Amino acid sequence: MPIKRLDKTPMPVRQAGLRAHDFAEVNRGYGAAQAAFEAERCLRCQDAVCEDGCPVRVPIPEFVHRVATGDLRGAADLLRSANPLPAICGRVCPQESQCESRCSMARRFEPVAIGHLERFVADWERSQPPTVAPNLTRSERIAIVGAGPAGLVCAGALARLGYPVTIYEALHAPGGVLRYGIPEFRLPKAILDWEIGLLQALGVEIACNVIIGKTITLDALMNEMGYAAVFIGTGAGLPRFLGIPGEELNGVMSANEFLTRVNLMRGFEFPEADTPVQRARRVAVVGAGNTAMDAVRTALRLGAERALIVYRRSDQEMSARVEEYHHAVEEGVEFHWLTNPLEVVDDGHGWVGGLRCQQMTLGEPDASGRARPLPVAGSEFVLPVESVILAIGTTPNPLLTRTTAGLATNRHGCLLVDERTAETSRSGVFAGGDAVTGAATVILAAGAGKRAAQSIHEALQARR
Amino acid sequence: MAQILEARPLTPVTKYFRLAAPLIAAAAQPGQFVMLRVREGGERIPITIADYDRAAGTISLVVQQVGATTSLVCALEAGESILDVAGPLGMAVELPARGHVCGVGGGFGSAALLCLMRELRRRGLATTAIVGARTRELVILADELAPLCDRLEVCTDDGSTGFRGFVSQRLAQLIEAGGASRPDQVIAIGPMAMMRAIADTTRGTGIRTLVSMDPLMVDGTGMCGGCRVTVGGKPMFACVDGPCFDAHEVDFDVAMRRNKAYQAQERQARDRLACMAQREAR
Ligand SMILES: Cc1cc2nc3c(=O)[nH]c(=O)nc-3n(C[C@H](O)[C@H](O)[C@H](O)COP(=O)(O)OP(=O)(O)OC[C@H]3O[C@@H](n4cnc5c(N)ncnc54)[C@H](O)[C@@H]3O)c2cc1C
Ligand code: FES
Repeated sequence: MPIKRLDKTPMPVRQAGLRAHDFAEVNRGYGAAQAAFEAERCLRCQDAVCEDGCPVRVPIPEFVHRVATGDLRGAADLLRSANPLPAICGRVCPQESQCESRCSMARRFEPVAIGHLERFVADWERSQPPTVAPNLTRSERIAIVGAGPAGLVCAGALARLGYPVTIYEALHAPGGVLRYGIPEFRLPKAILDWEIGLLQALGVEIACNVIIGKTITLDALMNEMGYAAVFIGTGAGLPRFLGIPGEELNGVMSANEFLTRVNLMRGFEFPEADTPVQRARRVAVVGAGNTAMDAVRTALRLGAERALIVYRRSDQEMSARVEEYHHAVEEGVEFHWLTNPLEVVDDGHGWVGGLRCQQMTLGEPDASGRARPLPVAGSEFVLPVESVILAIGTTPNPLLTRTTAGLATNRHGCLLVDERTAETSRSGVFAGGDAVTGAATVILAAGAGKRAAQSIHEALQARR
Repeated sequence: MAQILEARPLTPVTKYFRLAAPLIAAAAQPGQFVMLRVREGGERIPITIADYDRAAGTISLVVQQVGATTSLVCALEAGESILDVAGPLGMAVELPARGHVCGVGGGFGSAALLCLMRELRRRGLATTAIVGARTRELVILADELAPLCDRLEVCTDDGSTGFRGFVSQRLAQLIEAGGASRPDQVIAIGPMAMMRAIADTTRGTGIRTLVSMDPLMVDGTGMCGGCRVTVGGKPMFACVDGPCFDAHEVDFDVAMRRNKAYQAQERQARDRLACMAQREAR
């Protein structure tokens, strides 16, 4: 066997000092030579353990092999057969805790850069003329609620099976978190638009500005409008707040609000775009997940002199993708680990004047299995900031469940579904993605949408 | 996309619109609102549903020109369309099963009394509408409201028509008068200062009072929390839990302050729009 290079082929990135001031994509992607080079590192293990780490079981060694041999069309088709959103997942999946964590190379060296290769193949695919055409041969129409990754993937899979599908989306543009949450510098909206264009080419209809449960009830979809089945992919968009004093001050907002103003509403172009966004000099972002990293790096790009992450646990418990963390460090984000916010301080005019915090130390593991942070007595201090952005989690939006009888949820408001079929407590109504799991990942939502499509197909076949 | 079927100015700064929006018309209830966007790159703004006609499939809105986006809306005419209209959002206002309900409208807020009064009458309740404005020319929709309620009270600050004084003062008189004049519930919609005055008027009278809050909103679907209103010391999302809340529980100081969070940018946007209009005129 030829000797393998030990380290990953590095992802070409834009220089930190430049990119921290604009919204263009940070990663530039492999060239063809780099991709082939990296693909050569794969050991093509007999039992492809990497696939066990992939929630949708992409046939990884085979697609990587096709990249190595230059069969990009073959690689693209194989990839897409397993993962309907490869260009997006190649950019946003937490590979380090999924496929790449299992890679045999990773036992001694660096894993194969599976994510970068996925992105490379999918980007190549986008440069080719699309080859889909609608083939809606069936009579049963299906309604999808929510145009996030779960809904989009479910719609695509059903359309490929021949079903006429309509997606109902509450906002004025489809994409869910991919549209309003994840910023342009990490996921260019042109990629999302291309994927949506592909769905439309398959004959999927998208009706924006329709809030199911408000504009149209779920019952009306099933009865008056005659849909044979409904898939709910409404996500987990309701932001949590800390419940500490001063949260009502001007300058305190959820990361969802901050990111929506910037991404969906293009607030970074204000006043060319009409929605304003606060550009504070010093910004504290509370939390350490992907949302927190996106918010803090967005704040930098809007001109913040200091952009801080404030997190009550340590870097070990951070849930953000490692790549985002590294990028944030390079761009100059400051990290305040083991720091617990106690109060947002009033500047005397009803605006944020600072964030009073307390130092923490790690104790015994708590219910989540992570070390419990404990306060250090007498350690209080005030971080001087003008804006506080909260990225401490979201829960499912209650709009639909509040107005629909018989949709069972757990105590967090997540929809309860049959594990095998993804059917909810209402017959003919299926669900998946964050609405079921609580805030999770794009690939889990996409995988759930795909499996639900299969399940809907089986249920409709059985009904005949 | 919603087509404008009718558009007419009510005052120099407010305009009445009737839109074709059959799905929203079919679902709307008094107290709810829609989110509008008028152009690509445009802002999403909440507008209270003034009225709806389920049979005709139309909704009515009254828009007051206060900022850049509302100015763009007010420039639209019948035959044109509004890019995005989503709704109905928020909860329907809670109505009592019986008794006498008084709706109070200040400025463009009077418009929302149209569907409220119609619905109350349909349910067989006794109704009073109090509408107010600074001066006679600014009183809106009084003729349309008159046939929909048992009693209509018009108030102007300068006394140019109707009662001379604030709507809250007239309400205080009705409460004072007692008997059939005294309402069992009050629902107020209009400028924050007026809603606060109404809250103060009914405080301690035992009259249940609701106010329709209009915080800044981004999505209007519960996704951002920008519309937080402090009610009974707790944060509530006006777009999902409201927009109508118990007037005696609302923290108006916080609400008024939060509404000014983007004042500087709003001014910048308004000036820019005016400047561009001037350039176009030249
Ligand atoms: C800022 C941010 C960064 C993230 N980064 C990553 C990352 O790097 N990697 C990763 O894997 N995951 C990431 N995630 C998580 C990931 O985006 C989500 O897990 C995923 O988008 C969930 O998909 P979904 O389809 O279930 O829901 P969503 O993407 O939330 O979409 C739900 C859609 O349904 C619509 N909707 C809701 N209610 C209704 C209704 N009643 N009627 C009609 N429409 C409705 C909503 O408007 C929305 O468009 C991130 C999340 C955020 C917020
Ligand atoms: S407007 Fe965003 S949550 Fe209410």
